Amino acid sequence: MATVELKDVRKTYGGTVEAVKGISLSIPDGAMCVLVGPSGCGKSTLLRMIAGLEAITSGTVSIDGKVVNTLGPAERDIAMVFQNYALYPHMKVYDNMAYGLRNRGTPKDEIDRRVRGAAATLGLTEFLERKPRELSGGQRQRVAMGRAIVRNPKAFLFDEPLSNLDAKLRGQMRVEIKNLQRSLGVTSVYVTHDQVEAMTLADTLVVMNQGVAEQIDTPMAIYARPATIFVAGFIGSPAMNLLAAEGGDNGKGLKLASGGFLKPRDIVLPESGRSVLLGVRPEHLTLVGDRKNADIELKVTAVETLGADTLAHGHSVSGDARSGELIARLPGNVGVDVDDLLPLAINAGSAHIFDAGTGRRV
Amino acid sequence: MAEQATARPSGRTSTAAFLGRREEGAMLGISRTSRYVAHAILILGVLIVAFPIYYTFVASTHSLQTILRPPLPLLPGDRFWENYSTALFGGIGRIGGVDVGTLLFNTTAVALAIAIGKIVISILSAFAIVFFRFPLRMFFFWMIFITLMLPVEVRILPTYKVMVDLGLIDTYTGLTLPLMASATATLLFRQFFLTIPGELVEAARVDGAGPWRFFKDILLPLSKTNIAALFVILFIYGWTQYLWPLLVTNRNDMNTIVIALRKMISFADADTEWHLVMVTAMLAIVPPILVVLFMQRWFVKGLVETEK
Repeated sequence: MATVELKDVRKTYGGTVEAVKGISLSIPDGAMCVLVGPSGCGKSTLLRMIAGLEAITSGTVSIDGKVVNTLGPAERDIAMVFQNYALYPHMKVYDNMAYGLRNRGTPKDEIDRRVRGAAATLGLTEFLERKPRELSGGQRQRVAMGRAIVRNPKAFLFDEPLSNLDAKLRGQMRVEIKNLQRSLGVTSVYVTHDQVEAMTLADTLVVMNQGVAEQIDTPMAIYARPATIFVAGFIGSPAMNLLAAEGGDNGKGLKLASGGFLKPRDIVLPESGRSVLLGVRPEHLTLVGDRKNADIELKVTAVETLGADTLAHGHSVSGDARSGELIARLPGNVGVDVDDLLPLAINAGSAHIFDAGTGRRV
Repeated sequence: MAEQATARPSGRTSTAAFLGRREEGAMLGISRTSRYVAHAILILGVLIVAFPIYYTFVASTHSLQTILRPPLPLLPGDRFWENYSTALFGGIGRIGGVDVGTLLFNTTAVALAIAIGKIVISILSAFAIVFFRFPLRMFFFWMIFITLMLPVEVRILPTYKVMVDLGLIDTYTGLTLPLMASATATLLFRQFFLTIPGELVEAARVDGAGPWRFFKDILLPLSKTNIAALFVILFIYGWTQYLWPLLVTNRNDMNTIVIALRKMISFADADTEWHLVMVTAMLAIVPPILVVLFMQRWFVKGLVETEK
């Protein structure tokens, strides 16, 4: 158990391609830090640099207060869970878990005690004598976790461990990982491209894009106050609606590019004439009784009925002008049809304004 | 031929296992008649292959006089023990009184050394080429690859000269060393190693396995079916070597069995101890058959299965 600290970590390939562009991050003891981002954003590279599988171009990685830049993966005292499990196919489950301990010269009875302990925790006791190919995907994933647990490392590193599982199992394993990490209290770094995983698992969430950490905060803070357009679009499902607009009425309202004038409540509005993007999450649009109270009118083009919710896809209509796509998440019992015109209100304090040029929150 | 004949039954059992509990041979779309025809062709093929071997065996149990006075009987004679013990322990005049036991020992030693040597060298070179980054790595890879174009026959004179200069004529080293380097086996192992997921290598690194441990604990066990298949092929390759042993051995007691067999046959028919030639021929095919039988399961596995 230890803190993990990154200081301006960079990775350059071949002197020209920058995969990770200076990331600083401090993970407190026992916390779960999730790196999330689209593929190619450098999250896996960053994790592999923490693991010692990838050389660090510049900056420092410290584990437990000690700079580990030049240490090999085995000497960093970390354990890693891989996407494809990476179990040794010719070894029994028991040997898969014991292998790392044997290489460290742990006494036999100690290995046995730890392996059986981990197997009991993970419900693998009856599979100890089996080969990995005789196990299901979820069981293999557990073995991979067991291999990490028995080592009793300073930090766990997870590299998209659930992406090979089906949706149901993924949800189940997600909770298991969370509980396990909590009860063991081991500092963890978890890489995923799945924002549901990211939101549910993280104590600290790092949203990455093109080698840069766009925002580092708790999941709820990131959801409530996304720092950039990228974060706004990436976290939350369906993605946040973004409408082009500019400040108007001496900083008291917003003029939509599609026409129409808005006065979102409880937020700071930009000065007149500044071009911005207005962000509203689909769940923050409420159906109102009549058009007088509506901020936006939605012309429905498609309806997704999910049971608990109904997603209305469409575009905003103001006068005759049309504008960008909009999605509203409405209660499940609302009867909505294609071509309906829905009067929608933006909930107080839930609109986000981003500068159209820099993409940063205003 | 030997491996085909012996591999066949195993193929049948695995097919049956594959078909599960279905009635034997009840494959979809194959009629009874066409199955009979297929079997008839197979049996005919087996007869064609097996008859010469049977005939050799028959000849090896008759006296020289019977063999030289045609026609040769189609049933085994009464001189089995006599002929075989003479050949194995008595020494054969035409090849300087060396007995077949010595020849078998020589050939086994040579074939084993070639097979094991080739496997050890090629698995280690493939290990280096696939898992390590070192200067001129691709250069070395291509150098190995290019030797595919230079079989023993092409480089035989310079190789012979080197062996003479090193004083390795009539030694086991001289018989085996030049045949050991194998681009084919190296490439085979390379291809297999390339299929091993990078994550497995990284998992081993995180588990504290250095290169040697990784090789011993993970790579070797995963390669065992490949090694077995290669061993069978290379053992037979070594066993049937002709040109190189012919050049590099002068002493009769260093001959391999194939060379000795050739030496035993004189141009004058009457000079040749045909019954002993037949015995030697029979004995010469026994070890390769044993190797194939013993390794058959692994051999087929190595050719068919990619362990995952």
